[in-house]
Order: sequence, then C-alpha cells, then structure tokens
Amino acid sequence: MAIAPIVEIDKVSFGYDAARPVLHGVSLRIEPGSVVGIMGQSGCGKTTLLRIIAGWLKASAGTARVLGESVRELDSKGIYALRRKMGMLFQFGALFTDMTVFDNVAFQMREHTDLPPDLVHDLVMMKLEAVGLRGAAQRMPSELSGGMARRVALARAVALDPHLMLYDEPFTGLDPISLGVIARLIRTLNDSLGQTSIVVSHDVEECFDIVDYVYFVSAGRVVAEGTPHELRRSAEPFVSQFVLGKPDGPIPFHYPAPGYEADLAAGARHG
Amino acid sequence: MAERPLASALRQGLEALGGGAIAKIRRLGFAARFFVAIVLNSGTAFRRFRLTIREIYFAGVLSLVIILVSGLFVGMVLGLQGYDTLQRYGSSDALGILVALSLVRELGPVIAGLLFASRAGSAITAEIGLMKATEQLAAMEMMAVNPIARVVAPRFWAGVISMPLLAALFSAMGIFGGYLVGVRLIGVDEGSFWSQMQSSVDVREDILNGVIKSLVFGVAVTWIAVFEGYDAPPTAEGVSGATTRTVVTSSLAILALDFVLTALMFTGGNGK
Repeated sequence: MAIAPIVEIDKVSFGYDAARPVLHGVSLRIEPGSVVGIMGQSGCGKTTLLRIIAGWLKASAGTARVLGESVRELDSKGIYALRRKMGMLFQFGALFTDMTVFDNVAFQMREHTDLPPDLVHDLVMMKLEAVGLRGAAQRMPSELSGGMARRVALARAVALDPHLMLYDEPFTGLDPISLGVIARLIRTLNDSLGQTSIVVSHDVEECFDIVDYVYFVSAGRVVAEGTPHELRRSAEPFVSQFVLGKPDGPIPFHYPAPGYEADLAAGARHG
Repeated sequence: MAERPLASALRQGLEALGGGAIAKIRRLGFAARFFVAIVLNSGTAFRRFRLTIREIYFAGVLSLVIILVSGLFVGMVLGLQGYDTLQRYGSSDALGILVALSLVRELGPVIAGLLFASRAGSAITAEIGLMKATEQLAAMEMMAVNPIARVVAPRFWAGVISMPLLAALFSAMGIFGGYLVGVRLIGVDEGSFWSQMQSSVDVREDILNGVIKSLVFGVAVTWIAVFEGYDAPPTAEGVSGATTRTVVTSSLAILALDFVLTALMFTGGNGK
C-alpha cells in the first residue's frame, strides 16, 4: 500500500475577489520525508498556495488535505491544532523584536507546553546549536544580521518538532554564505528530524540543490513538474526561460501596453 | 447613449460619497466585532497577568512624567485664574473648591485622557501596526497562538487599568499645584483652602463620577489604539497614518464622550 501523502492539493482554485483569480485548478502531492519546491515568478500565486496549505486562506474550489485533514472543513480550533504540527519560516524571519533570541525560540514551548524552565532552556539551546547560534541566545533580534535572524527564525519554527515545514522565500535578501547555510539547514533539518518540507522560492540554483521535486507555477497554474535533474533538461519553453533566466520567452519582458507608435504619437500631441 | 458630462460627474460624486459612507460603516462594524473578540479572548490577559503588568508599565508607568508635570502646571494655572476671578466677588477662600472640582470632575479625566491618547495610544498603535507589517502577528498565528489574546488583549486591559489611575494622579498633582500658587504664593488662607475643599467635594457625586469618566475614556482610547494598529495597512505609510488617526479619533472621542457623560451625570440630578 502506498504511504498517504503529507499534503494533497486537488484542483484548488482561489481568488481574493471574483475579478482577480489567483489559482486555477492547482493539483499537487507531497510525499512524506521529501523536500518539495514550489517555484515561479513573483506574483504567480505560490505564496497564496502556501497560505492555503497553512489554513490561512480557504480555497474557493477543490480540496486541500494536509497531514490527513481537509483544511477547508476545519474550524479555527482545528486550524490551530493543525498548525501546531507545522512550522513556517517567513520571508524576513518575523522574529518578535521585543524578545531576546532565546525567548523567541522558547515562545512556542512556553505557550503550548508546561515544560519546566530548565528543560525549556536545554531544548532552546539544542535548537540554537543546530543553527549554530547558541552564542547569540541573549542577543536582541535588532543586533543580528539578516542571515542570523533567518537562522533564529528557523530554530523557532522547528522548536516543537513540526511534521511539516513551510518556507516562504527563505533565500531572499541573503548574502551567498548565509544563503548556502540556510539551504543546507533546510535539507539537514528535514532529514534529521524526519520532516517534510515545502520551499516556495524563485531562486533556481539554491532550490534545485536541496529539493527532491519541483512544481513550477505560472499565472496560477502548475505548468511543469519533475525532479531538478529532469527540469534542467526540459525543453518546455517556460521552464527553460525560468531556469536559465532569459528576459524574454513565454513570460514576456513587456507589461501589456497599447502600440508603441500610438503611445509616442500621443506624447507628441500633448507636447 | 453617452451620459452628459454634468450627469456623469454627479453620478461619480454620489458614487464616491456612497462608497465612502459604506466603507466607514463597514470599518465601524469591524471595530465593534474586534472589541467583542478582545473581550472574548481576554482569558490569557488575566490568567497570565504578568503579560498585562508589562503593558501597564509601558502604557501607564512611562506616561507618569508627562501626566504629573502637566497636572502640576494645570493646577497652578487654575490657582492663578481662579483666584483672579474669585477675589472680584470676595470669595477667594473658595479657591480650594474651584480647583478640586474643576480637576476631579473635568480636567483630570479629560486632559489626562488626551495626554494618554497621544503618549500611550499612539505607541500602542505603532507597535501593533509594526508587528503586523513585519509579519510578527502572522508568525504568531502560524504558531497557533491567537494574537488578539496574546498581543491585543493585554494592551487593552493595561490601558483600561492605567487610565483612571493616571487621571487620579493628574488631579492630585493639580490640586497640589493649585495649593502651591493659591496658598503659598498668593496667600489664600490654608485652613479654608483645604476645609472648604473637604466639605464640598462629594465622594460619589464628584470623585466617583470622575473615575467613571476616566474609565470610559480609557476603554475608548485603548480600543481605538489597538484597533487602528491591528487594522493598519502593513506599510510604513499605513502605520504612520494609523498612529495619527489614533490620536485624532481618540481625542475627539474623549471630548464628545465627556459632553455626553457630563450631561448624564451632572445635570437634572438634583432630585436625589
């Protein structure tokens, strides 16, 4: 018997309002233990997809099953119960700026468990050690570099050993060293803690290095999927444009506009 | 058929007016639902009272300097102005009553409320707005912690608790200022200053009503402050606009509520 997928999205559509649909019939399956990339340009709907998985937004059509639960049918208590099995790394870390690094990582343990303080201390130190920042435990988030803040946020997200980790643009705005560190941590945490991870990103190289499988999303649809190896050799025009970063292709360089000559002529008339 | 320009301008104007009114009413409805959500999610703020105490420190204790200094000066001005008016009628002995009643009934709650709105209310809005803009509230939601219970409710109750205490301190400081100017500087008789005040200020009629006013102002200001912060667009411009709106709206709310409360408390109540 096949193992049930951790996340199963079936023909999900979503729009913030009827006039602006964001997702059209997206389907994907995420197997336990894998690291899956959801890639696409900015604004293609990949963060919206992540938010549907997290129970933040409700799909207008189709079903989203996460960790065995149908997200759409859960009430707010059920969503909170589901989220306790998930962790999310936000684009810029989203650390609580009024707490030390230690308190940030301890936050969930203190909110959701009755663990004694010395056990919380040891657990926090273990999480911080895993991201290499045990020495920064008493620092405030404002004293950290962008890459360090992202690592602390990662330690905080895995504080209660979630089954499913969601990464929203984890590589944005990082220097090459921090970027490599975060990428390696995503993979090692996933494998050592037995998690499943979804990485939403538009950074091709970093993402391809660590993921097992990739879904390409464009204009709210899954346009290609496969392992990084398959996609690198794909002849699909969208994939090759995205992977090679070509300025023009199926995704046009120009924003839709009226004829160039007509626009220039209009300028001459106003002049 | 194409509309005439005038008709089209009129239609657009009406549409904008109607749209604006609907948006305002919708926001008001959201604010009311938000208030209910705060009250329903207040368990954490009281069960883990140190969360609220921390906010009382930020909203209340850190407002002490401005409240005490302003109270002193307002009381000193009342002493000067009151003496100037009363001595024309030969009743400068009543200075104590004038200073005390003005402060306890009106100026204490109102000015302390206005200062609280600009000092603490704006800080609460900016803090919650920035937490939203930097996704801290979203992160809390993702960690299955309700931000209304964990962030908003403690701040709300801290404001509601702090406000009457600040107003009382403002009035006390003002009476001391009136005493300094009236008795020490001008030379009004000290005995009559205090004794007339004691005999004329009623605990229920004057002091309790003043406390009720300041409590109502505390609820209004803090509610507006937390709502504006929570509802702020998550941008620098959005947060700064929300902070300004907090100060403007809560100042107007204090003055309007003060009129309503004064009308209810101090007029037509002589039949008791």
